[in-house]
Amino acid sequence: MPVVTFSIDGEQYSATEGENILEIARDHKIHIPTLCFLDGLSTLGACRLCLVEIEGTPKLFPACTTKPTEGMVIRTNTDRLKKYRKMIVEMLASEGNHQCAVCIVNGHCELQDLAYEVGLDHVRFPYLYPDKSLDATHKDFVMDRNRCVLCTRCVRVCHEVEAAHVWDIAGRGINCEIIADMNQPWGTSPSCTSCGKCVRVCPTGALFEKGAAVGEMHKERGFVKFIVNARKKREWVRVAPEDE
Amino acid sequence: MTIEDLRECAEKEQARQAQFTHRILYCSSAGCVSSGCDAVKAGLRKAIDELGLSKKCEMIGTGCLGLCGEGPLVFVQTDRTLYQHVDEKSARRIVEEHIGQGKRVEDYAVDLNDAFFASQKKIVLENMGRINAESIEEYIASEGYEALAKALTEMSPEDVIAEVRKSGLRGRGGAGYPTGLKWDIVRKGVADQKYIVCNADEGDPGAFMDRSVLEGDPHRVLEGMALAGYAVGATQGFVYARAEYPLAIDRLKTAIKQAERFGILGNRIFESGFNFRIDIRIGAGAFVCGEETALLRSVMGRRGRPKVRPPYPSEKGLWDKPTVINNVETFANIAPIIREGSAWFAGIGTPKSTGTKVFALAGKINRTGLVEVPMGIPLRKIIFDIGGGTPEGTEFKAAQTGGPSGGCIPKEHLDLPVDYESLPTVGSIMGSGGMIVMDSTSDMVDVAKYFMEFCMDESCGKCVPCRVGTRHIHGMLDKIVRGEATEVDFEFLKETCVMVKETSLCGLGQSAPNPVLSTIRFFEQEYTSKLISAHEFNGTGLSPLSGAKES
Repeated sequence: MPVVTFSIDGEQYSATEGENILEIARDHKIHIPTLCFLDGLSTLGACRLCLVEIEGTPKLFPACTTKPTEGMVIRTNTDRLKKYRKMIVEMLASEGNHQCAVCIVNGHCELQDLAYEVGLDHVRFPYLYPDKSLDATHKDFVMDRNRCVLCTRCVRVCHEVEAAHVWDIAGRGINCEIIADMNQPWGTSPSCTSCGKCVRVCPTGALFEKGAAVGEMHKERGFVKFIVNARKKREWVRVAPEDE
Repeated sequence: MTIEDLRECAEKEQARQAQFTHRILYCSSAGCVSSGCDAVKAGLRKAIDELGLSKKCEMIGTGCLGLCGEGPLVFVQTDRTLYQHVDEKSARRIVEEHIGQGKRVEDYAVDLNDAFFASQKKIVLENMGRINAESIEEYIASEGYEALAKALTEMSPEDVIAEVRKSGLRGRGGAGYPTGLKWDIVRKGVADQKYIVCNADEGDPGAFMDRSVLEGDPHRVLEGMALAGYAVGATQGFVYARAEYPLAIDRLKTAIKQAERFGILGNRIFESGFNFRIDIRIGAGAFVCGEETALLRSVMGRRGRPKVRPPYPSEKGLWDKPTVINNVETFANIAPIIREGSAWFAGIGTPKSTGTKVFALAGKINRTGLVEVPMGIPLRKIIFDIGGGTPEGTEFKAAQTGGPSGGCIPKEHLDLPVDYESLPTVGSIMGSGGMIVMDSTSDMVDVAKYFMEFCMDESCGKCVPCRVGTRHIHGMLDKIVRGEATEVDFEFLKETCVMVKETSLCGLGQSAPNPVLSTIRFFEQEYTSKLISAHEFNGTGLSPLSGAKES
């Protein structure tokens, strides 16, 4: 396989062709914030948090879908990027009804972690307080759309790994919502296998198990990579959970 | 069908037309349909029958005649007389006096030497007012499918691409990517199947170029697509038309059926080894499906959401196969280029933007309608000579090109040449051809708010900056219009616009702030005059939800 050399934040690196910038950065312990990305799922480039600068073009590129080419000069942490990342988290915070203090994943939430990381001390956008629904019809799980950030991890894990395709998106723009099957109560979904994968990959408290109190829910998101590796590469090696 | 058959068909049709002393054409495009052309058609038919002129005079429906604001329009082709504001009564007079007695009905006649017609250069629209929009024979008699026959019998696919490259034709959807280059990439792609897709999902408010072309001359688009198919080695084409264009879809369906019957679409076209089929896919009403990656997903029956490029459709398009995707107007230019040669086409317009561009003139302008002008024409000429300026008593303020993705061009830039290079220098884009004129009565903040509302409603919701950002920008503009915004809000608005522009995933979000940024650039005073001071704001009793830096 051909090898390409390039620089990230001033350091020279090389990688085999076909790897994306995010994978390479992680291999070298360079931190790029992400939200819609999850190891094992298809890449989307939708949350725009992993945007990086590439010398020679004014455009920004999502690290998760961009592959380096020979001689590429990549910057992951400029002032412009930091400012935009903060604004994106600000937008997410203003979009939903995120109340950390009463949330089931308080302290173990990726959105909360991102807010700390980008130094979000206040939100300049007016809160939208959308009128969102909560679906507790499933026997084991709950979907609280107030806490959803529309990363579509649940949609992808259900389609790509469980192959049930219970979840999809309805509506458009600011009115987008995750729906079960033909926009029906989750508990009545005939396609749901109750495997719980969507609950475990959800970055926030939008999907959770019944019976956990505030702050009690811990998620374990590394399993997707395990399943995908096991299937594709026949590697039945369980790595230690990444999130906790 | 062979090339001889095609020529024979053309001659037969020309002979048929020659037996009439008069051909009377009524505009059957959607604009004239809405102003009552069906009654005019019935009136003409009745008058022709009653006066016993049916042997002498043929009546047909043709494509858009241009002066859409003055419809219904009727055109007497034989001695080139155009009548405006025709109704049943005047239709009878036209038949009686013009056809029967040979004298023009001056009350309704339009002066064809007027700058509206004289300043135009018709390539894409050449068949409007010349042929029946629903007749393949008339299209063939007007040199139709000559280019396809020529390409299939005399040219190699590489020749076709070379010709398109040399013509300098650039994508008419707005971005202006060189068409020949795109085709070349697809040609070089290795795949068992390739596709041609025609983007007819024209969604910009106030734009109706593609609709008019499809309604008036659908075969020209099919011919362009077939030529593209031959050039890149594709055997299947799709036209993705928006559901809001029922008439265009009907005409397109008719045209495809006719072409299949004539053997011009299907297997072994013109006795060559080339097979090509075209199917129609109808959109479900999302503006974002005009974005190419979203459009392709919609063609495949998936949710119309854009995806990150690269890979571009020319490498991985429909079902991951190399796909040519071009706009209606781009395809409409192909047949004339192959027929007349690239040198002829390259001689029109400017060296970097060759050929012509169709514009839909709308807004505060005296002659709304469809015009085709050579590239590089000064904006002033389009608005004042062709469009006749703004209504009496008002003053021109700005022209908006590129719809919700474009910007406003103010008075001081009226002499700017209209081409791909010049428009971006003033913060606008060529766009697909919508041109909305604003006069002194238009409020630019309102204009920006209107476009932002459009983008907010049409955002697919996939990426955060577009989904949430357009909503907040709209909210901020609304706050300014309500007279509740301060200088801090205004600065934050600008910051958010730049952020959404630079971080959004697809063209919709990346260009959504353009109308705001361009109106701020040229009409900042209209914004600042609506702002209130922090002191006044405190007096309103409102909570400082945004921009409260002092806290």
